[in-house]
Amino acid sequence: MMTFKRVCPPWQLWLNRLIALGVGILLMWLVIGLYSEGRAAWAVAILALGSLSIYIYSSAKTLAWRYLFPGVAGMIVFVAFPLLYTVQIGFTNYSASNLLSEERARAYLLDQSTVDENSAYFFTLHREKTTLRILLTPPTDSHETTRFISSAIKLDRDHASDAPIEMQTLTTTINSLGAPMSLREVLVYRDVLMAVRLKLPDNRTLQYVGVREFGSIVPSWNATADGALVQQSTGEIYVPNAVTGFFETAQGARMQPGFKVGIGFANYTRMMFDADIRGPFLSIFVWTIVFAGLTVLFSTILGMSLAMVLNWEALRYRTVYRTLLFLPYAVPGFISILIFKGLFNQNFGEINAILNALFGIRPAWFADPLLAKTMLLIVNTWLGYPYIMVLCTGLIKSIPADLYEASAIAGAKPLTNAVRITIPLLIKPLTPLLIAAFAFNFNNFVLISLLTDGRPDYLNTKLPAGTTDILVSYTYRIAFTDAGTNFGLAAAISTLIFFMVALLSLANLKLARVNEKKG
Amino acid sequence: MPIVTGKSQHWRIWAAHAGLCILIAITLFPLLAVISISFRPGNFSTGSLIPTEISLEHWKLALGIGITLPDGTRMEPPFPVLLWLWNSIKIAGISAMLIVAISTTAAYAFARLQFAHKNSILNSMLLLQMFPVAVALVAIYAIFDSVGNVVPWLGIETHAGLIVAYMGGVAIHIWTIKAYFETIPVEIEENAKVDGASHWQTFRFVLLPMAVPILMVVFVLAFIGTIIEYPVASILLREEPNLTLAVGSKFYLYEQKYLWGDFAAAAVLSGLPITLVFLAAQRWIVSGLTSGGVKG
Repeated sequence: MMTFKRVCPPWQLWLNRLIALGVGILLMWLVIGLYSEGRAAWAVAILALGSLSIYIYSSAKTLAWRYLFPGVAGMIVFVAFPLLYTVQIGFTNYSASNLLSEERARAYLLDQSTVDENSAYFFTLHREKTTLRILLTPPTDSHETTRFISSAIKLDRDHASDAPIEMQTLTTTINSLGAPMSLREVLVYRDVLMAVRLKLPDNRTLQYVGVREFGSIVPSWNATADGALVQQSTGEIYVPNAVTGFFETAQGARMQPGFKVGIGFANYTRMMFDADIRGPFLSIFVWTIVFAGLTVLFSTILGMSLAMVLNWEALRYRTVYRTLLFLPYAVPGFISILIFKGLFNQNFGEINAILNALFGIRPAWFADPLLAKTMLLIVNTWLGYPYIMVLCTGLIKSIPADLYEASAIAGAKPLTNAVRITIPLLIKPLTPLLIAAFAFNFNNFVLISLLTDGRPDYLNTKLPAGTTDILVSYTYRIAFTDAGTNFGLAAAISTLIFFMVALLSLANLKLARVNEKKG
Repeated sequence: MPIVTGKSQHWRIWAAHAGLCILIAITLFPLLAVISISFRPGNFSTGSLIPTEISLEHWKLALGIGITLPDGTRMEPPFPVLLWLWNSIKIAGISAMLIVAISTTAAYAFARLQFAHKNSILNSMLLLQMFPVAVALVAIYAIFDSVGNVVPWLGIETHAGLIVAYMGGVAIHIWTIKAYFETIPVEIEENAKVDGASHWQTFRFVLLPMAVPILMVVFVLAFIGTIIEYPVASILLREEPNLTLAVGSKFYLYEQKYLWGDFAAAAVLSGLPITLVFLAAQRWIVSGLTSGGVKG
């Protein structure tokens, strides 16, 4: 018999307090870090989540939530929040060209600097035993005549990270200096020279700009009080435009990088009315439904027939058959899909080798849209039928045997049994599961991505779109693979997918409830 | 079953056997072909399906051993398959352990404790799980990109980040464990409470030891689920030594660099253990799949 001590020993109480304190400090460090990075929203979110967890684990009133919290928090942070966040991104212009927030885009531009070519100096290196001196000479056409000299230094890598090298005004004589080093000798020091900064007595800082020149660095941009930026080289004023998400001149010239702004329903109107996107979008939408529908249809026909045949008691070796037929489901999807990718290869693939030997044909499985779609359906049926087969095997067992006895007395053939008894009784409990399978294949990103990657592509589209792309792989391409990395548009399409999934889930829920009441 | 058998019965059984054998041949063709290809010399040969000469070159490369070709050129392994396998096992192992931990405690609350909105919380969790992660990839990428700016070891290109991202997929496991807890008579725990045990003690010392079988099952399910996960891993991990098997394997079959034989060996090497684990856990996986739907 186990005995329990209800009272905590004092050291454990102190340990708990210590842990709470540690977590609190960690939390504050994180929040302050986020806030100082200019991510106030993140800081607030983390603060809320953190305080909530400390409250739950230290208060006496929240017993159930101590057990629930990790799981629920995981779902909220990594499932619910990404869904909502995706919807929000769908209303912005978040993309490769509008990646940063306005403040960070401004900070980035203000950080840019250019070399003032007009204030360039020629430089020469002069050897002095083991040390070197840098001599700066103004160009001959310049009105300046002052020359500058550094102290004798060892020009090695240490200077790269050091403070700028101080330069002094050179007084008349340069006798002590040896002859300038040749260009070839200077080039040896190129890496170090590129890293060093030279500081003139008037506080100008010079930087390596060419094999013979040092020039001064000036910031490219100046901020004005109202948030606009002035380009130093042209004097043009770039005003942040909250509609387009760029710093723009009055003439509409844009400066990269842009920043993230809300653009309302622009991504959605683009999907509906921009002919370049609407065309492929609609075809992809139709194909997604056809793909998911046909996959479920073929897998169901095959899986159900197999389940019925394997339920036939007169048949021997049924367990062996069942195990072997279940194998496609047991092999990890990413491996079997890639195996098919290799087998279907037009030139080196074994499937074409066989077809060539038998019929003398080598179909272009990956280049022809119709063949590529056929291949996807073949592979997906292969992947999908064992699941349906197993489901049906389970469901068939619950069909009362007396139905078959009655039909046997009536002299019915096996086919009649299947069509009149088995299939009608299977379909009803199977429907919610088939809807779930449809929803799964509607978003079967792994198959498309690994087998065809959406190719072959449509020609003449602004955004690359593939003939075998389904909606979810299309959004992946828009967001992650192609040049125009457009997170906003991708998120808008994802939002549409959410609605489809939500509808399917509701249908599923309703049918499952109806079945449960009857059963 | 007292079904009257006709004369055609015998013939029909033979037809069924023949049909099943043909179907099994088609079904197993890709799997057997890839095993054969892994022993066939060269990456391009389209020779016979049953290799005429057995070559271990692909297997050596898959196991990270360099080989010397007959013409004297040295071949180094194209990809670190064993490293990827290790990454996969590490990530899946840690994720599965954490998933088991947090789903067990949550399942305990759902099965034994009373709190407000219990059913609606459970139902919304199951409903949420129906949204595939692949659809929210943009947001997940953005989240980890921002997190990485503050906490570098939890950002993009880190295994810790990926493991944390997998902590969202617990609803099904909570459901499975909860159903199991409900089959255990609550009286045993009540006795422990009479003996003076706290909630945590009854959970830890009374309920958990009885639930070990289901925890093992959930561990295996979560392990398989994460080891074959592709979408999230493919956006969070990009650099070669960091990849998991699911993300890395596709690099074998690029048009420009088509390593069919090497892929075959790597696929068999990495796919076989996962397949065997899956077959061993088949019974529970299937029952998990069928009961996974949302129930009120």
